[in-house]
Amino acid sequence: VIRLQSESFEPGGLLTAFCAGRSETGAVVSFTGLARGGQGDVHRLELEAYPGFTEAEIGRIAEAAQVRFALHDLMIVHRIGEIAPGEAIVFVATAATHRRAAFEAANHLMDYLKSRAPFWKKEHGADGARWIEPTAQDLVDAARWDG
Amino acid sequence: VARVLLFGRLHDIAGWRERVFDPAPASLSALRALLASEDPALGEALRAKGVQAAIDKVIVRGDAPIRAGAEVAFLAPMSGG
Repeated sequence: VIRLQSESFEPGGLLTAFCAGRSETGAVVSFTGLARGGQGDVHRLELEAYPGFTEAEIGRIAEAAQVRFALHDLMIVHRIGEIAPGEAIVFVATAATHRRAAFEAANHLMDYLKSRAPFWKKEHGADGARWIEPTAQDLVDAARWDG
Repeated sequence: VARVLLFGRLHDIAGWRERVFDPAPASLSALRALLASEDPALGEALRAKGVQAAIDKVIVRGDAPIRAGAEVAFLAPMSGG
């Protein structure tokens, strides 16, 4: 399941639903990213996507991850639009036979989402607005899965 | 005609998100040249490191022809999660 949505979501509910009805899955790993307030400096985030393209690109990476880590299933929910500090911005869950594959796949998907998935993130704060672009560390994190 | 879309900081620099060009420029390089001649700041931003182009939602590296009815997008460096 890959979903972009402007509505807020509750990660606990997503995880419960993701775990339901599995008899052969030994491991589920989930990650929830929250929008940070930067000690009051960030009033809100604005997340832009390219409708159609963003879902397709994430789908391509998700399919590759499913094969690479022999996943039983995965779920990616990503917010778009306006996001307040403290709200969940991204949720990733992976299901596999054993924990290692589930951990690694979640790690890989998040590194990808951070710097290569087609999203554009703008921070609105006390000093105006600025676009957030991937840090050098984000690029290194994503590159370690290449090859 | 061709529809041109700008994402991320590119639409702030240009002051628009979407425009229709009629007739469609023949190629990506022709479109870049046209945009740069109208708006040098945008022209420079499009050449910046990490900016990618897509035609009909497929990333294109280097130059490529633009057919009539195409959707061309310029994508600033991406950041999610």
